[in-house]
Amino acid sequence: MRKNSAMTRTARVSPPLVRAIQIPGLAIVTALLVGAIIMALSGDNPLAAYSGLLRGSVGNAAAVSRTLRKACPLLLTGLSVAFAFKGGLFNIGASGQFLIGTICSVAVGVSFQGLAPAIHMPLSILAGMVGGALWGAIPGALKVWRGSHEVITTIMLNYVASQFVGWTVYAGGTEGQRPGPLSDPSAAFYGISETHDVLASARIPQFLPNLLDRVHWGIFIAVAAAFIIWWILNRTVLGYEVKTVGKNQDAARYAGMRVNGIVVLTMAIAGALAGLAGAIETLGLNYKFAPEFTGSAGFEGITVALLGKVHPLGVALSALLIGALDAGSARMQFLSGVDVQIIQVVQALVLAFVAAPEIIRGIYRLRDLGEGMPELQAQVATAAEEASDAG
Amino acid sequence: MQDSAGPRLQRFLRWFSHGSVIATLAVMAAAVIVEVTGLGQGWLGIFLGRGVLNFALRAAVPLTLGALCGLLCERSGIINIGIEGMMLAGAFGAFAAKVNTASLPLWLSLVIAVAAALAVGAAMGYIHALLSIRFKVDQIISGTVIIILATGLTTYYFNPDWVSIGKMGNMPIPLLADIPVLGRVLFDNGAITYATLVLVALLQILLFRTRWGLRTRAVGEHPRAADTVGIRVNRMRYVNTVLGGVLAGLAGAFLVLEAVGQFKEGMTAGRGFIALAAMIFGNWNPVGALGASLLFGYSQALQNELLLAGITTVPRHFISMLPYLVTIVVLAGFVGRSRPPAAEGEVYETE
Repeated sequence: MRKNSAMTRTARVSPPLVRAIQIPGLAIVTALLVGAIIMALSGDNPLAAYSGLLRGSVGNAAAVSRTLRKACPLLLTGLSVAFAFKGGLFNIGASGQFLIGTICSVAVGVSFQGLAPAIHMPLSILAGMVGGALWGAIPGALKVWRGSHEVITTIMLNYVASQFVGWTVYAGGTEGQRPGPLSDPSAAFYGISETHDVLASARIPQFLPNLLDRVHWGIFIAVAAAFIIWWILNRTVLGYEVKTVGKNQDAARYAGMRVNGIVVLTMAIAGALAGLAGAIETLGLNYKFAPEFTGSAGFEGITVALLGKVHPLGVALSALLIGALDAGSARMQFLSGVDVQIIQVVQALVLAFVAAPEIIRGIYRLRDLGEGMPELQAQVATAAEEASDAG
Repeated sequence: MQDSAGPRLQRFLRWFSHGSVIATLAVMAAAVIVEVTGLGQGWLGIFLGRGVLNFALRAAVPLTLGALCGLLCERSGIINIGIEGMMLAGAFGAFAAKVNTASLPLWLSLVIAVAAALAVGAAMGYIHALLSIRFKVDQIISGTVIIILATGLTTYYFNPDWVSIGKMGNMPIPLLADIPVLGRVLFDNGAITYATLVLVALLQILLFRTRWGLRTRAVGEHPRAADTVGIRVNRMRYVNTVLGGVLAGLAGAFLVLEAVGQFKEGMTAGRGFIALAAMIFGNWNPVGALGASLLFGYSQALQNELLLAGITTVPRHFISMLPYLVTIVVLAGFVGRSRPPAAEGEVYETE
């Protein structure tokens, strides 16, 4: 039961390693092939594109650095989506939580001149996590108390968050609109909306600056977060409760769990992870925030989580992979002239194939590994029994 | 929670979904008074002027069509959060067809563009149906695939050099358009706006007064029972999801051909999700969806009007949050009390 590593609705039993990577691996290959067909049909050269992609993502030290830099926030937003999935919730709001986390960490990072790095840096990171957690808790609370579906509320909150952070860094307008509280006046003078750089004491130091380009210690924070999430899910009462609520709320309630509180907490933890992504992206890499830095890590987190079969280790691997695709795309466009957006198409196909293993099994004539609805029903029944035993 | 809803509450809900329409009529009446008494010069003009109301109606068109798309799918048991993507793909289809038929007469080019939008929407609907029914993908994930796929494909194929020339003009309806105030708000619009209003009425009748409607609802509420009496559950779901895609495609066509005149990357800007909220707020009911869409459309119109009025005391970012905040507040206020089709989101397999 504890090894269960899948989402609530399409729960499947975790097979051994080879089987575990069979479907995701083939899904990626197939998505790349379909992407190649789309490129060929549109008159682009897929071979040139993919060789550019490869060079841009793993071709040299700079490329590898780029992949690692891209993978870092993806790992955390992927964990955010995955953790919510475990609790039976679909967090499309990671990008909003990411933005709020970013702006909170910047707010702390530009203040407190003279604070020791050992305090300032963790404090800034913490601010990002708290901001993300609060932003994530809102849809959780709306769900349990008002019955609003989290898919809609998280999306709406993404737009609200984007306007909100836009306001905080707004340079001000010619018609008397006042600048936002975090806007850097010297940049605002030229009409540029951005914050000050965060103070040196709040920055996350670089890791092997002579070998890897701008890869910072944040990547270890992300890996540590993956481990902690694995530990919470598999070794703590909280994790057991989150998973039980995710599988069957009635059973959880019957077992005496405080379902409403757990739902809110699940969303808060998911939000904290996305907020952490925003914080370390800013404190380790960008050092400031401008509206065009929004990135797509929040939305890509969904693909990362599902490609990683909602398991922390899988999420880490798929973050590397999706990170490599993102990292190589610019080089691909430069070398082959193929629009970077084809990578987004490939990612959508990866998501589709991972979510629909039947397509992959059909294409490659694989045996069904006994994953299916009867299995799910059996699991729900077991979970209900276990839960009622526990209570 | 939902099971305890007695007949009285249900009657109230049914009334309420029409209540939004009554509220709309009240606003219209107020607008007439404002206009006639000449109060429309100051603040009241921003909230109740002819301009804001007509904008509200136009802003409501894509929302209504999106909500009808969601409603068709969900009434037959398929959750569709991919409306946003279907709309975006439809918009791009309309734009690409329009640009590539620029040498034809404008009306023909527009007809072809609308047809292209409908076809693209149908294709997206078919993909969603295929993933959710044939391949049993979680419907929320399948919807996400639709959104990401549409965003990626439209940006990949989008050519910034393409410029669309000419768009759908207003077609004032003779006599009706001459009614003071209301005539200009209601009867001086483009073809897709009229079509939307007709579609709402049509779907209301089809869903609740025809055999097809009864079957659709049966499939969404109790597929096993529907199957027992010989309704082909999954075929019903395929048809409805594709039809839903067509409506979302029309919403995209509206954005490009009637509202903006051009395609912009990500131009749907969350309308597909607001439409989803309108569907829920309208209690899975076409007329209710129109009422809810008008409310959301009004919040967009108000946002627009306040920005145009050059209000500087409130930062424009906060004004821009308005439609999204209204959506959240409305959802939080009412959703717990509306009831989705019982079998939505569930895979149906014949025994």
